[in-house]
Amino acid sequence: MLKNDTVQTIREKALWMRRRAFKMVHDAQLGHPGGDFSAIDIIATLYFGVMRFDPTRPDLESRDRFIMSKGHATGALYTALCAAGYYPENWLDTYMAPNSKLNGHPNRNYLPGVETNTGPLGHGMPVGLGIAIAAQISGQAHRTFVLTGDGELQEGSNWEAAMTAGHRKLENLTLIVDRNRLQQGMGTEETNGLDPLDQKFKAFGWEALMVDGHDVDALLDVLAAPRLGKGRPLCVIANTVKGKGVSFMENKASWHHGVPNALQYETALEELV
Amino acid sequence: MAAPAKKEEGFHDCRDAWASTLEELAAGDSRIVAVVNDSVGSSKLGGFQKAFPERLVNVGIAEQNMVGVGAGLANGGKIPFVSAASCFLTARALEQIKADIAYARFNVKLVGQSSGVAYGELGPTHHSIEDFAWLRPLDAITVVVPSDAWETAEAVRWAAAYDGPVYLRLSRMPVPDLDVRNRIFRPGKAELVRDGSDVTLIGCGTTVHLARQAAEKLRYEGVSARVLNMATLNPLDEEALAAAANETGAIVTVEEANIRGGLGGAVAEYTAGHRPVPVERVGFPGFVVTGSVDFLFEHYGITPDGIAAAARRAIVRKR
Repeated sequence: MLKNDTVQTIREKALWMRRRAFKMVHDAQLGHPGGDFSAIDIIATLYFGVMRFDPTRPDLESRDRFIMSKGHATGALYTALCAAGYYPENWLDTYMAPNSKLNGHPNRNYLPGVETNTGPLGHGMPVGLGIAIAAQISGQAHRTFVLTGDGELQEGSNWEAAMTAGHRKLENLTLIVDRNRLQQGMGTEETNGLDPLDQKFKAFGWEALMVDGHDVDALLDVLAAPRLGKGRPLCVIANTVKGKGVSFMENKASWHHGVPNALQYETALEELV
Repeated sequence: MAAPAKKEEGFHDCRDAWASTLEELAAGDSRIVAVVNDSVGSSKLGGFQKAFPERLVNVGIAEQNMVGVGAGLANGGKIPFVSAASCFLTARALEQIKADIAYARFNVKLVGQSSGVAYGELGPTHHSIEDFAWLRPLDAITVVVPSDAWETAEAVRWAAAYDGPVYLRLSRMPVPDLDVRNRIFRPGKAELVRDGSDVTLIGCGTTVHLARQAAEKLRYEGVSARVLNMATLNPLDEEALAAAANETGAIVTVEEANIRGGLGGAVAEYTAGHRPVPVERVGFPGFVVTGSVDFLFEHYGITPDGIAAAARRAIVRKR
């Protein structure tokens, strides 16, 4: 496929994911739509432009893995897996309903395509690291992508894993930081500052790049580039906007787990076209 | 009588059985890997490291990372044995054990080394007496506490073959081989070490042989004590507990652990809900005082005399 076509496909999928995720949050009156919207372009780029996988064989050992460390952004993850063909769309209608497979945080035993259970922050990196080490031991070529929030990097477990990944020169491991600069209560830099984030990762032995996390073209360039021979894990700091795509939600911490009323829902759908 | 001295004849360090069995299994199955937190020596994995250097993953002093890496290795098709001092493994990484291993149900074997009060004088920061209470409610994890070298080897073999999360709680204190005929390791089943009708003494790990010595003491007093080796704490062998309650009417639990939430807690939960009988719990009441392993066992009555005394109390309470 030509790159322009891929970019177009990713954009279409991302638009569908935003609309569908917002419907899920609206219907359930639960969810984390601000973080869904900051992450959706990144996740859509991975599933529809970068990763190799077969939704009919979710356990295939050679598959590329995506670990959703910011497990609360289930609107983004569940719509991506659905669009990728892991399960039918009507499963999304059960989001957070009693006994649903679509829990408020992902469970790999409930849903095909979920690689590990996340929710408590700072868990995705060590697990992604373990997958990358397994591939390193076996000489397998698959890649592992971990998406963390930025506030989440305040958890020390991330840095334990970052140190090991650098030490083992795991070029098959890619971390993407959803750098929307807002955590639940307020800005990351006012809470417990993360900058200069790229320098922190470089000091841990990683290659670190900054990219516009909503520029699909640019995301595709950095994420699809082969890592073989790079000799270092890759950290992509994706500068994003919390609530991206809906004017009244953008850059508002209150939309971390805010939910829309009927009017807000209609207004958002009019903007998401 | 004091607990057995460290270098007593006929006593074995179960870690040797663990290490040699893992090496033997790893030679036949390339999926087996070991994950450690700078704990190669204390886990006795020097031989493993020499034989399979690429399969020994040392993440350094970083337990949260270590347990998460275990889950990732399982995702990648490996059979990881995550081995570290049980105090740090279970306490520091408890959320990883809960979310990444138990809730996600990854095929990871957590191996708690030097459990209980093995570090003696180093104190409660280095003791692991709360691990039963922490891990027992995580329903996907099978909690196994081998009583001697033979059972350790069998448990390691079983864990490698079993597809699911396991916590193997190994001791550092040398223990004698348990003299039971025709032994078969059956996970989830209590082992009848000796039959009896007046009281049941239930031990696990380092305390089973002490319970047995207590039963012999009681015999001279005309008390017939049953002894069970409760090598699996989760799931608990409810059938054996029901039989113990119905047939002997009194129970003593003995553990190298905190009696709150441990083996004693587990047995009390079951009996209270199904067949209330007197239960006396022998073990540690909380953080322990300063002292050697032998001193601590003696001080808290985890001795044949202490267990026999608990048995008499339980029997009195039957009336």
